[in-house]
Amino acid sequence: MATARTKTRKRSKPAIDTAETMARKQREISVSEFFLKNRHLLGFDSPRKALLTAIKEAVDNALDACEEGGVLPEISVELVQTSGKRFDIRVTDNGPGIVKAQIPKIFAKLLYGSKFHRLRMSRGQQGIGISAAGMYGQLTTGKATRIRSKIKGKQEAYLVEVQIDTRSNKPTILRNIDEDWLPTFYPAKESGVQPKPVEFRHGTSVEISLEGTYVRGKLSVDEFLKQCAIVNPHLELHYRVQLLPRKGADEEKPDGADASWITYTRVIRKLPPPAAEIKPHPHGVELGMLMQMLKDTEARTLRAALTQDFSRVSSRSALEICEQAGLNPSAKPAQIASRESEALFEAINRTKLMRPPMDCLSPIGEDQMLAGLKKEIEADFYTSVTRSPTVYRGNPFLVEVGLACAKPGENQELGSEDPVRILRFANRVPLLHMAGGCAISKAITSVKWKSYGLNQPGGGMPIGPVVIAVHLASAWVPFTSESKEAIAHYPEILKELTFSLQECGRRLSIFINKRRRAAEAQRKHQYITRYIPHLALGLKQLLDLGDRQETMIVSNLTTMLEKSRLEVPEKSPKSKK
Amino acid sequence: MATRSKNATSPQVISKQAASRKIVEVAKNIHDTISRKRRKPSLHFPVRSLSNVKYDTRKGYFEILGKQVTRTLSYTTVKTFAQSMRLLAVTKNELLDKDDIAAKREVYYNAKSWGDCRFEHQPESDTLLDDMEAMLGINREQLGYVPDERGGDVCGFLTVIDKDQGTGKDIRIDCTKLGTGAWSVPSRVEHLRFESKAKFILVVETSSLFQRLVHHRFYESARCILVSMSGVPTRACRRFLRRVSDDQKLPVLTFTDGDPYGYCNIYRTLKVGSGQAAHINRYFCVPQARFLGVTPQDIIDYELLDATHPLEPVDIKRAKDAMKNDPFIKHHKEWQKALEQMLKMGVRIEQQAFAKHGLNFVLENYLPEKIKKAKYLP
Repeated sequence: MATARTKTRKRSKPAIDTAETMARKQREISVSEFFLKNRHLLGFDSPRKALLTAIKEAVDNALDACEEGGVLPEISVELVQTSGKRFDIRVTDNGPGIVKAQIPKIFAKLLYGSKFHRLRMSRGQQGIGISAAGMYGQLTTGKATRIRSKIKGKQEAYLVEVQIDTRSNKPTILRNIDEDWLPTFYPAKESGVQPKPVEFRHGTSVEISLEGTYVRGKLSVDEFLKQCAIVNPHLELHYRVQLLPRKGADEEKPDGADASWITYTRVIRKLPPPAAEIKPHPHGVELGMLMQMLKDTEARTLRAALTQDFSRVSSRSALEICEQAGLNPSAKPAQIASRESEALFEAINRTKLMRPPMDCLSPIGEDQMLAGLKKEIEADFYTSVTRSPTVYRGNPFLVEVGLACAKPGENQELGSEDPVRILRFANRVPLLHMAGGCAISKAITSVKWKSYGLNQPGGGMPIGPVVIAVHLASAWVPFTSESKEAIAHYPEILKELTFSLQECGRRLSIFINKRRRAAEAQRKHQYITRYIPHLALGLKQLLDLGDRQETMIVSNLTTMLEKSRLEVPEKSPKSKK
Repeated sequence: MATRSKNATSPQVISKQAASRKIVEVAKNIHDTISRKRRKPSLHFPVRSLSNVKYDTRKGYFEILGKQVTRTLSYTTVKTFAQSMRLLAVTKNELLDKDDIAAKREVYYNAKSWGDCRFEHQPESDTLLDDMEAMLGINREQLGYVPDERGGDVCGFLTVIDKDQGTGKDIRIDCTKLGTGAWSVPSRVEHLRFESKAKFILVVETSSLFQRLVHHRFYESARCILVSMSGVPTRACRRFLRRVSDDQKLPVLTFTDGDPYGYCNIYRTLKVGSGQAAHINRYFCVPQARFLGVTPQDIIDYELLDATHPLEPVDIKRAKDAMKNDPFIKHHKEWQKALEQMLKMGVRIEQQAFAKHGLNFVLENYLPEKIKKAKYLP
């Protein structure tokens, strides 16, 4: 735009903006406007990715809502193609429902939510996602976001249709009616029989029309949901894709996904332990945030502010910080000037403090991770490691790794000549894009997989029929961008990732060795029993032996060879000399 | 007029029944070990390699030493062990007891009926045959195995007296009256008798050179017997040369390519035998053989440097190996010098290279000159 202006100016009289004329052009930019122009930051850069991101945000919210409400989640995802590039997506959950008055703000106001202002592990963080999805739909199809919700105990459900006023970042309510509605789920057919639909007394459903492209494969909605099911074994998930028949395609058999429901079943009937909310740890707070907190605090003294608003600051360590910074502990927090707050900030980072409390994390758990892998991935070896929590920059986090290894050639999706499949998760949310820039990928390539029995050409991705699922749980996951696709390379995180991967690798190598030895023993046994009868037959022919003697030779020799093989298995390489 | 030489050593003759008994003895031993002693059976063979031979200069060939390998039944040997037993059974029941013969390749195909135990490739069955031969101490011809390899071509002043298979009458083959062809050495030569007016036997490596010499009736001008080996001489060819040479008291001159293979494999095997066949060298060698050419010195003397090829890595390796490990080469300083000279020059030469000076240079100049000089390598 700026260049366009200079061009016109060259032709007309050169006019110079004065401070006043410039001031007339200067105005507030709403967040919504900003994101409308920078939608790639939120993961809506291409139609394919937009479809995935919208579903991802809706599913994240649904899962968070169910877990916070203490309900075992049952979620359905429906994808209906309405015209070439247009889709209606509907995500329904059996969560506690949403109070009517909150619906417009939650679904049509950016940066509105319950999760930004607290420190505890949850899928959503900033309160942008679902509103951004609605906004993207509104932008590409002009249609409003449609929300149905029913709260437990209330008679009526309600339907709200909202749009976002991108200028003011405020919701516009288009429709708001009471309706008779119950969240209903349709489990997949079991051996041809359609089970009864399942109804719940409470829940929420959000419907967005948007422009998108449906694909299959590694970066697809299908893959995202499958990974969700792995990492949330307590989730019952129903999924259906309804595509329009392609032009020229067989009308009877529309290609692409058929319209029947598929179900990812629940294998863990217990909710993960709820994550506790914690106050920020001083070591994880940046200077600006510290200043803001000092301004906002309800405490009257600096010392009280430090102990009340932060975790792990005892009265004594607060005193120590004040001393270090050369500040009066009873100074009014709001009056700490910017220079003093800098001193305070440095003092905080010099002071030794206890690690933040770890109960704000809710790990998947080793058993649950195993269950998730077992139900979705066909393999003959599974293992998982959950590390104890630790801290990066004052933020608690922990790493979990699950690993599944299939017998070569038995799982068609896992080629033994292909790179291992990496499933990345942050706070139980699958990360599909930007694998290259992610700390998880870096950690995997940094591990020496060769010593664990996998090929690793050029020190890159290991090769083998293996799935590695890596989960980072943190009160604040350090994503490299707002579209939440890759985890930043913090050394503490890389270290934990590496340790847990190595642990899984060690177990894998034990298994691979065992499998190899068993196969070897089996092979040797077969080999021996294949040739001994010939030896006996030769002797029989030479010496005119009877059948009984022949059988004797076979059984004697088999016993002798089997025995010697078991007795001295380690000696064979030496005796080669 | 030729007489049958009495001191020509011929392989110990063993009757088929005796050979059969020997096999049964081996089998009984094994059966005993398995069923009575309850131990894993073993087979014992003499080691068949250059490391188990001694160059006996008095006798003039590679004498086998006492080294033995023991093949005890184990996971790794169970297949060959089983194959050995079945091969012994076939040898005894099908060949010896029924007085039949079989070619190596027929044995290989016969074993195709053994199921899992069959041989995948013929070299496997050949090796086992050699093992069996060494283990029993009876050469395989006597067990009824006939080689299916060519024995060599003969032309010149030699009359071979063979027998008619049907009538048992003598057949006289005059090797100067074969037209454009040649007489082929049969696989068994023990029954042949010879008459010759030749002064020597000339053995050549390649059949193309042999044909040139025959075509220009070189045997007439040189008064000799021409024999072509086509590479390393077969057992029959070696045995034939030995017998003719012993019988007619004829020197044997050898003419091969000038390369380590010609010296260390073809000529050495002809003269003193091989490591592989160490157990039977004493019959299948021609100690009276001498080496005529092509020697490395010939390359210089006959200005053939521009008709040579550079030594391949395999040639160099072969030459160095021979100087280090071959008892024959190690014994003869002349051969070591020749090989060193060759390595220094870094080239090898073919018999046909004399064509540089004209197609018939080899028979008009080179051979007569060399024979006149009579300075041969041992």
